[in-house]
Amino acid sequence: MQRATNQANWPRKIVGLLKDNIIIVGIIILAVVVSFLRPNFLGESNIRNLLGNTAVRFIIAAGVSGALITRGTDLSAGRVAGFAACISAILLQNREKNVSGNFYPEMGQLPVILVLLIVLAICAVIGIVNGTVIAYFKVPPFIATLGMQTLVYGICLVYTGAQPLGNLDPRFTVLARGFVLNPIVSYPALIALAVGLYMWFLYNKMRHGKYMYAIGGNESAAEVAGVSVNMTKVRVYMLAACLYGLCGFLIASRSGGASVNTAQGYELEAIAGCTIGGVSVNGGVGRISGILIGVLVFEVLKIAMQFMGLKSEFTYIVQGLVIIIAVALDLRKYLAKK
Amino acid sequence: MAEFRLEMRGVSKSFPGVKALDNAELKLRSGTVHALIGENGAGKSTLMKCMFGIYKMDEGEIYYEGSKVSISDPLSALKLGIAMVHQELQPITERSVAENIYVGRYPIKKLLGFLPVVDHAKMHSNTEELLKKVRMNFDPRQKLGSLSVSQMQSVEIAKAVSADCKVLILDEPTSSLSEREVEALFTIIADLKRENVSIVYISHKMDEILRISDEVTIMRDGKYIGTWDSKELDTNFIITQMVGRELTNLYPPRDNVPGDVIFELKKFTSINPRSFRDINMTLRKGEILGIGGLVGAQRTELMEGIFGIRSSSHGTIEYMGKTLKISRPRDAIRRSIAMLTEDRRATGIFPVLSVEDNVSIASLDKYLDLGFVLNNGKINSLVQDNIAKLSIKTPSNKTLIKSLSGGNQQKVLISRWLANDPDILILDDPTRGIDVGAKYEIYCIIADLARLGKSIILISSELGELIGMSDRILVMCDGRLTGEVKQETATQENIMALATSFE
Repeated sequence: MQRATNQANWPRKIVGLLKDNIIIVGIIILAVVVSFLRPNFLGESNIRNLLGNTAVRFIIAAGVSGALITRGTDLSAGRVAGFAACISAILLQNREKNVSGNFYPEMGQLPVILVLLIVLAICAVIGIVNGTVIAYFKVPPFIATLGMQTLVYGICLVYTGAQPLGNLDPRFTVLARGFVLNPIVSYPALIALAVGLYMWFLYNKMRHGKYMYAIGGNESAAEVAGVSVNMTKVRVYMLAACLYGLCGFLIASRSGGASVNTAQGYELEAIAGCTIGGVSVNGGVGRISGILIGVLVFEVLKIAMQFMGLKSEFTYIVQGLVIIIAVALDLRKYLAKK
Repeated sequence: MAEFRLEMRGVSKSFPGVKALDNAELKLRSGTVHALIGENGAGKSTLMKCMFGIYKMDEGEIYYEGSKVSISDPLSALKLGIAMVHQELQPITERSVAENIYVGRYPIKKLLGFLPVVDHAKMHSNTEELLKKVRMNFDPRQKLGSLSVSQMQSVEIAKAVSADCKVLILDEPTSSLSEREVEALFTIIADLKRENVSIVYISHKMDEILRISDEVTIMRDGKYIGTWDSKELDTNFIITQMVGRELTNLYPPRDNVPGDVIFELKKFTSINPRSFRDINMTLRKGEILGIGGLVGAQRTELMEGIFGIRSSSHGTIEYMGKTLKISRPRDAIRRSIAMLTEDRRATGIFPVLSVEDNVSIASLDKYLDLGFVLNNGKINSLVQDNIAKLSIKTPSNKTLIKSLSGGNQQKVLISRWLANDPDILILDDPTRGIDVGAKYEIYCIIADLARLGKSIILISSELGELIGMSDRILVMCDGRLTGEVKQETATQENIMALATSFE
């Protein structure tokens, strides 16, 4: 009986699915149109570029998604990634060539992996602070992480003296420029894939994931069910910040430098990617696969606009609009279902 | 003058997967109390939400004073003179009583002849008038949050009266009121009736319905069953019509045998001086211990104190001879205590998660491979077992819990705790807002658990349920334990006497 009605409903179901993912559908249509008008759009270099951009942003979005699923948010993402990029750049400057702007000129060349670990450790501390302030001091995540955003930016300014950082260790810069499947799949894309698999496992196969969804679904009920709500939140924000750190590290490697403005505003793109990909800002809902699609689609939109010759000033306007529309549509879904 | 003040005909309404209303109807006479009853999921609230414009009907017509009207949203309902007091009140607790009544339609005066500002003086004097109408006299400037639930409800009714309503919908208005407060509500209802207001009264409580209603409409599975004059009805007949079957026994037979004392509270006292204090109680293995008392007797608070949701200032909890230190629910759960909380929606279900996640969340530790990987196969079979054992009606275990009926949601929550195999199960009003059929099933589950040697603490607001289900009943009043009654000697009267023995 139930099955019979389900079958009869399938055209309606497809319409519903399209409606729920209207932004994704719209952007795919846009991409198809653009690829007809500008054949280069599907060219090798563009696809490579697209995958690379998606990779770094997906790592950030995966971090932010934990905050969103637990009904929080993390606005410090971009600045933390930027700070991580700066630390990586400073610690991995090329000290063979003694350029005047070098930090720590008498320090030797550090192993790349050690620097990554240092960056992750620093970011973990930032994340623990975020999580503690949110979980134990009950500061709304929006305020706590907005404060952290500015605070980290300040620290970054002081530490770097606001000067752009370049002249990096070639062993470091080659990292993000290497390919597994030349010329399309770069190392960052591979790392992002590994992050995605890990996050999927964490969200679906481990207690931490279940607890996250429970907290986002109903925090008081989670507490009553014996979930350690506070510890879970601290873990969420800590893991998120570590992912921002990894991302910053890759950005510095990829662009061969960093500045205080590296990764600025990435948090909003990450939130957009998550929301387009079906993570609800209402909490309790969201999948890693959806986030990947969301981020990818958002990058496609950006590149498509570029290809159509839209000036970057205007692309910001479109991006802002898409973010607002995505969240509005997400909230609408839950309004309609009441 | 039309025969009916308001008439709904042939109303149908579907939600994805369910037909909530199927050709339902309602005929409401002026100046009467019309009870609308049916099991949970029978479509009462849905029908009322259609009347009030919260839902759009798929099919059907509404006639008001004989002429056809279309109600597209609550505002158009209010304009017609239809007002609704919702099951869950939505008060703005940080604002004054007057502002809560006049929010959205503040009386306006022109300052200096042109600048529109809120006329506070008028708002406050109007509010005083309105409060008098519902027999309340408190300061309109008082914060709403400082009132009790029943007072807030009166404010809500005052708000409906202020809109000069002709039809007032009360959706389970007494579910969180004490008996005394219920009386106060009934007086207000009688007053409104005299002023020729028609009242739709949704409730599960038969005695109330028979007492105050003039007519009764019964619904089942979204369908209209019939309308009767209340004088012709009795409880048995109503229940038969509601469930479509004869209910011979209200409570299942029990054959549990209480054993040794395993759990004891000594001088257990809340950190809040107005809450529970100096509680001494014992609980035996395999015993069903009822806790009676009026609303405000601090029964829930006491249980939440045991379970670590609230803090105690002194006193001890002893379990199997050992003193327990419980500062949060997690500690209690580890000691094999489980608690089904009173407010299912606020502290029970995870609405956007599946039945499976809702069942397994408290016992995930048991389903780990290698110490960290969840074994989804085992979890799945746990959930399937429970769905079968407690006969939970759900399309699948991936269905979101919010789409189940209240009774099935409650059974899912019971499964959550059973999965943990607790020794002590605290049930805080487990049958609240649940239909008669599901209630009986929950009673059977409780009886089974006790027979298996589990100790049950059962809080209930219904005296019949307490007497029918408990081996022993402790009664609380105003934060104190005022007495104990054995099942054999328990009567509604002696429990009520203990529940009202204020100091």
